[in-house]
Amino acid sequence: MMIEALIAVTLVGALVTFVAPNRIAGKLAFVVSLVPVALSLWLFAAFDGSGNALLDGDLAFESQAEWIDLGPYTISWFVGLDGISLPLVILTTVLTTLAIVSSWTPIDDREAQFYGLLLFIEANLIGVFAALDFFLWFIFWEAVLIPMYLMIGVWGGPRRKYAAIKFFVYTNVASLVMFGAFIALVFGLGDAVTSFALPEITEAMLTVGPEGLFGVDGTTLTSLVFVAMFLGFAVKVPVVPFHTWLPDAHVEAPTPASVLLAGVLLKMGTYALLRFNFTMFPQEVVTAFAIPIAAIAVISVIYGAMLALAQTDLKRIVAYSSVSSMGYVILGLIALTQFGVGGATFQMVSHGLISGLMFMAVGVIYNATHTRMVTDMSGMADRMPVAVGILVAGAFGYMGLPLMSGFAAEYFIFFGAFGSESLPYAPIFTALAMFGIVIVAGYLLFALQRAVFGPYRLETDYEVGRAPLHDLAPMFVLLGLIIALGVAPELIFELITDAVDPILEHGGDL
Amino acid sequence: MTLIELPPWTALTPALILALTALALFVVDSINPRATNRTLLAGTATAGALASLGVAVWFTVAGVGQAETGGAIDLFGGQLVVDGMALFFMTVVAVVTAMVAVASYDYMDGHAYQAEYYSLVLLAATGMSTMAAANSLVTIFIALELASLPSYALVAILKDNRGSVEAGLKYFLIGALSSAIMLYGISLVYGATGHLQLEAIANALGDAGAYSGLLGLGVLMVIGGVAFKTASVPFHFWAPEAYEGAPAPISAFLSSASKAAGFVIAFRIFTEAFPIGPMLELGIDWSFAFIVLAIVTMTVGNFAAATQENVKRMLAYSSVGHAGYALIGLAGLGAGSELVFGAAMMHLLVYGFMNTGAFLFVGLAEYWGVGRTFEDYNGLAAQAPIACTALAVFMFSLAGVPPFGGFWSKYFLFTGAVGIGSTSMLVVAAALVVNSALSLYYYARLVKAVWIDDPVTPRESLAQPTGLYVAILFAAVMTVAVLPGFGPIADAASEAAAALVP
Repeated sequence: MMIEALIAVTLVGALVTFVAPNRIAGKLAFVVSLVPVALSLWLFAAFDGSGNALLDGDLAFESQAEWIDLGPYTISWFVGLDGISLPLVILTTVLTTLAIVSSWTPIDDREAQFYGLLLFIEANLIGVFAALDFFLWFIFWEAVLIPMYLMIGVWGGPRRKYAAIKFFVYTNVASLVMFGAFIALVFGLGDAVTSFALPEITEAMLTVGPEGLFGVDGTTLTSLVFVAMFLGFAVKVPVVPFHTWLPDAHVEAPTPASVLLAGVLLKMGTYALLRFNFTMFPQEVVTAFAIPIAAIAVISVIYGAMLALAQTDLKRIVAYSSVSSMGYVILGLIALTQFGVGGATFQMVSHGLISGLMFMAVGVIYNATHTRMVTDMSGMADRMPVAVGILVAGAFGYMGLPLMSGFAAEYFIFFGAFGSESLPYAPIFTALAMFGIVIVAGYLLFALQRAVFGPYRLETDYEVGRAPLHDLAPMFVLLGLIIALGVAPELIFELITDAVDPILEHGGDL
Repeated sequence: MTLIELPPWTALTPALILALTALALFVVDSINPRATNRTLLAGTATAGALASLGVAVWFTVAGVGQAETGGAIDLFGGQLVVDGMALFFMTVVAVVTAMVAVASYDYMDGHAYQAEYYSLVLLAATGMSTMAAANSLVTIFIALELASLPSYALVAILKDNRGSVEAGLKYFLIGALSSAIMLYGISLVYGATGHLQLEAIANALGDAGAYSGLLGLGVLMVIGGVAFKTASVPFHFWAPEAYEGAPAPISAFLSSASKAAGFVIAFRIFTEAFPIGPMLELGIDWSFAFIVLAIVTMTVGNFAAATQENVKRMLAYSSVGHAGYALIGLAGLGAGSELVFGAAMMHLLVYGFMNTGAFLFVGLAEYWGVGRTFEDYNGLAAQAPIACTALAVFMFSLAGVPPFGGFWSKYFLFTGAVGIGSTSMLVVAAALVVNSALSLYYYARLVKAVWIDDPVTPRESLAQPTGLYVAILFAAVMTVAVLPGFGPIADAASEAAAALVP
């Protein structure tokens, strides 16, 4: 019942915060959000699951109850955690609390609704990572959209309306494509499945496979569904060429929304890819698409980095760099090796922490200077030494400096991808992707050198000074976590590989 | 093992409570005609509706009229019948009536004819509740008229408002015309079969071969009468006019409860009196008519809604679109599918919450006097965040976006239609998906207006009328709460559907 408690506490907290007076909403939301943090850490301490949730693993905190029984399929409330979902749940709870603290300065309008929506997103994100019934999962998945749409639309920057609509339309259309494909798959499986429970569907897929639907034979249906679901999730990730909603949404969103968007919402896409495309389908189907997927991954890495190089808006630079980092995740997944898939999962967590840190740092600088243009800034290091120090540290994390989580994640992915047997030309793809690191270092150092160092020359009417402690504190926490995972990746990597190995076993690659 | 065996007619208690409450309201008014004690009147009406709701839910849970307790209860020689479907729709009617009565407390403040207003609402509700149980073409027609006559008066009750009076007149004229058409259809059916009681008509179909042309015309005219009551194309023209001119709670009442009642008589007539198998032998394929009607109705409704500037008209046309979704249940009946039939019933229940709520929000806006167009609604969320959250819930639910109730009922309609597997039902399913996707555009537009856009002109602070808020919040909570509670709802609906589908 722990997962139910976690979701329920967060939902009730969201409701209470939503109707609370604006004056106390920020502090109230912070206090409320500490409960899920504590609960999720307790989940970590008490975790006793093993194996993969979809492949006969022993789930931790599992609970299942029949929900709707109608027609040939049963829909149930079915949640549980394995080594892949647990780190992401903790990432969600921790990052939400930090995002709440970092909203205290910038959010000064309709606070109660803002913090209420933030907690509402948190509850649904936990649901996405914990749900093991397709419908339950889909409901949580879609429920994230509406509050995010409102957060960008109400509290965003000058082009907020455009960005909010674009975000909503892109991701909703993608969800519909994916939903339609999945329902077609379940219909195609015929009598082999009687419920929407993901483990049952996975087993049916791997043992009997779909028998076909409306004149389309089973093999073709499998491939079509694989492609449609990949596209549906790829928009969420996002990969090139479906990435254009991301910079708009990021730049217009208020800082805390950006933190959650980059930190956790993008992981919904990669998590779903891992759970659905890479676990549920037989490996020969996956490897049949290996080259196009690897190509998309490498293009996302290089092209995302090049786009970042061309930006002058600090927030846009960080936003485009997410496209790049998510490209690494896709590359790790398609490698289908222990280090590849495990490293991809590790990168999900690591990128959540680092990008959260970067967005917070950019937000703090923006609060003080009211500009994000690299060309306007110079010598910020003198005026805001601590915030700038954190920004530089985050940038090093992005570049993959050893002893930070980014290094571990990228090392795992490259190591896993280089030795992949299922991906043709794996060394070439890996080498191309590694070139991305050079560009990343290039654009980050270039941006930092212009914005941070050199003489101070910003012309404003107000004093640009040090940031308040409550703006800095969440960043210190993130930095601590980034270093902790960088020094001791096995804190979560063993959990992850334990859940990743069964995926590889069923294809015989391990 | 009951201690006291209740007489069978008590099965009609939900409808009887509504009728008695209406009479009680007349009594209150006769005792003291001058004083209008709004609290007493609205309170009595609400209490009556809630009592009816409670009994209907209790009967459903206790299994009254269902297979495990001996099947449907026939009353008065088969003129009325109480079964799972009757109780299901009595629940819908009662819950909408309760919300409308609560919301009217503020909305009707300062208007004349308070007591008459509430008693007319309850009389109309009695008619709708009886429609749910009517089992003969005569009782169906009488119940239909009992629901319609008070509705005409209610639409026109704001008699100082030209729009209201005009809407009432239009509604009355078209209503009278379609009643006449339906009555003519009934007489043709009687002429062809010699019966009015629904099962008796079904039994006589075998001998009606010589009059199949007459019978076919009668069926077509009955479909026309149903189409009027459910605001389906081509008898939908009254709906936007009447909904726009009527007081907003009455628009909510008509578009939710009255529509559901219209569907229940359609469900009953076409399962009991005209089962598809024997009708096909006579060469009358009414399911094809409903397939066409469903596709046309949802498409016309949605396209018309997408082009509206006036919020109330947008909701009115969207309500036409939703009639199209519910018609899928009738279209699927041709293949004897209980899944899609049950799904239509579920959709009407969920619709009872989300659509009533949406119209009541319009009532709240009229109470505030903010105007009628999308632009007038701009930025309301900054001043009334809670009501606007409820509005967002209604809009996304009407559009069928998870996690709200509308998603489930549309999904079940979709799977039901696809599950039948015939080409025409696949087209219907595709039309459902395309229309839902389109509808998101104009529903989201209203959410965008209240939440994201800035007000065009500055507004004074807005009052928070208790009654309207209670009703709207209740509707919003229920729209969300049907999600975890969908198991029992789906059970009740599919059991009721299974009992009727041969």
